Amino acid sequence: MTTTVRARMRPSTASQRLHDLSRPQLPTSAIAGRSLLYAILIVLAMIYIAPFLVQVATSFKTDVEAATNPISLLPQTWSTAAYERLFLNSDFPIWFQNSAIVTVFVTLGRVFFNSLAGYALARLHFRGRNVIFALLIAVMSVPGVVLLIPKFLVINQLGIYDTYVAMIVPLLTDAAGVFIMKNFFESIPASVEEQARIDGAGNFRVFWSIVLPMARPALVTIIILSFQGSWNELSHFIVATQSPELTTLTKGVASLASGQLSQGTQYPLKLAAAAIMTIPVAVMFFIFQKRIMNTTDGSVKE
Amino acid sequence: MSMPARMPRRSGIRGGEAASGWLFTAPMIILLGMFLVIPVLMALWVSFSDWNGRGSPFSGSVAFVGLDNYSALVGGGGLAEQDFGTALRNNAWYVLLVVPIQTMLSLFLAVLVNRQILRGRGFFRTAFYFPSVTSSVAITVLWLFLFSASGAVNKLLSFIGVNGPNWFNDPSGVLHNIFGAFGVETGPAALTDNTFLGISFWEWLAGPSVAMSAFILMAVFTTSGTFMLLFIAALQNLSGDVAEAAVMDGANGWQRFWQVTLPQLRPTLFTVVTLGLIGAWQVFDQIYTGTQGGPGKTTLTPAYLSYQAAFTNQAWGQGAAIAFILFVIIVVFTLFQRWLLVERTVSARRMRLYLQTPTSGGSK
Repeated sequence: MTTTVRARMRPSTASQRLHDLSRPQLPTSAIAGRSLLYAILIVLAMIYIAPFLVQVATSFKTDVEAATNPISLLPQTWSTAAYERLFLNSDFPIWFQNSAIVTVFVTLGRVFFNSLAGYALARLHFRGRNVIFALLIAVMSVPGVVLLIPKFLVINQLGIYDTYVAMIVPLLTDAAGVFIMKNFFESIPASVEEQARIDGAGNFRVFWSIVLPMARPALVTIIILSFQGSWNELSHFIVATQSPELTTLTKGVASLASGQLSQGTQYPLKLAAAAIMTIPVAVMFFIFQKRIMNTTDGSVKE
Repeated sequence: MSMPARMPRRSGIRGGEAASGWLFTAPMIILLGMFLVIPVLMALWVSFSDWNGRGSPFSGSVAFVGLDNYSALVGGGGLAEQDFGTALRNNAWYVLLVVPIQTMLSLFLAVLVNRQILRGRGFFRTAFYFPSVTSSVAITVLWLFLFSASGAVNKLLSFIGVNGPNWFNDPSGVLHNIFGAFGVETGPAALTDNTFLGISFWEWLAGPSVAMSAFILMAVFTTSGTFMLLFIAALQNLSGDVAEAAVMDGANGWQRFWQVTLPQLRPTLFTVVTLGLIGAWQVFDQIYTGTQGGPGKTTLTPAYLSYQAAFTNQAWGQGAAIAFILFVIIVVFTLFQRWLLVERTVSARRMRLYLQTPTSGGSK
């Protein structure tokens, strides 16, 4: 049955095929698939973006309007009361400054130490390397939140409680970052380094001037994760500090969210605070965006 | 004369690697030792002690109480056990829903935006990644607003005729609500009369509370972008040769994804599920910022309970004990998924290959 049908249809399909070959065009199913893809993507993107638009819009509303009309993206009466109160009448600027100090030091420290250790674990052959790596994996599985009490104990014991040192140094530990760098160094061909070694470059020289520039995509990942991680860190600051002068944005805004619920909702104020604390990480993200999205550009292709 | 010049390079082009290796890893080892290993050992001692937060936990006045802190949690029959059981129940449901959903969603997003011929690729990636850069505090504040009783989500739901719940004030379990919709208000006696960790089996089956569901949605919303980036990086590092070979062999897009791309992504999948599990078992920031365990303790998590026991109630031994049990849970889960994802699938496939090779090769 099928063979006869196919045989009868052959002439027309053959000419059709010839026609397709001479002028390539997308079949309708591909066009439908393409439209569906874009439709899915656009709906998903709207779901991901809408909350932030609502957030910014609400931060410019009055308390009453935020409650009565929570969804509109244009305030009926524009109000900057929330922002005035944050900047002129609260500790918000101090929180911001503390977050900035901690973030800068933690990010610089992590980039250096992570890549150094990651390179050693990926490329340098030395006794104990596997033990260190196994310990690193073990340490990686130690959840940060489990460390709340331990961190407090050691910070207390060292006498650095309620200082910048206590806020910054413990955050330099980043086993996951070492892991990322190690994975990256293993994924790039060793041939370039071997060449440099043959030319007589030492281990640190090879690392600093050959490997590190090649590792730019992974370093960007580390910078982003560290910046984001330390800017957004909350639990560590809860256990490391208590004085208002050392309060960071996360700790301050959290107290705003939980503490003042009883005095009316004050959503514009809280959302304004949350929006401002998002700006630095957003800016950082947009600066590095291109590099994040094109991870393999410029490296050696096999 | 040439001998001394060659001396430093006696060990060949890989000279001084042992020293460099230790030197390069030393800062990280010292940091991890100081702020991770030693603290954990200190906390381990505290979990076996009755330290109440006054003075040093190593002073003579602090007594060793053995496993008292642990036994109070897993078999004490008191409030401590009940709270711990509740916290475990809440977090278990959270993990059960968050990890699979975020993994699948992030892989789905990565595959969608990884196409070479896609207009607005950068825009879509940015949109999906953006929630990941925001802090859990900021996003919780936003979520409290969006999911408030008269908030944006309920407003949207009202457009399609749904009367939304009072999200963060609703302690009812989602599964219980579904059972309730079928007229089952209380479970069978076998479930309600028997308890585990101070909670009846019927309560274990409550599902995440409505309040916790809002947190689950938030976790998926904020983490899918990060994991999407990991998947995109992995997809871009895949060699095109294998995919091309599959095309030549006549595999369609669907087959290529499941049989060519996905197996190559296994290391990344492992990373994503591991990080997902580790993250999902330590819900803290959201609870601290948002609900403090309420309503009806249904958003209480072991991590928050540990913090609360130590820093609020000064029961440091108990807080540390909770942290260590949580630690064990996370390790067990990680090992289990490692066994599930790596050992099993690989060996089964390899085994089939090994079994096929001799017969087709016909060497013996």
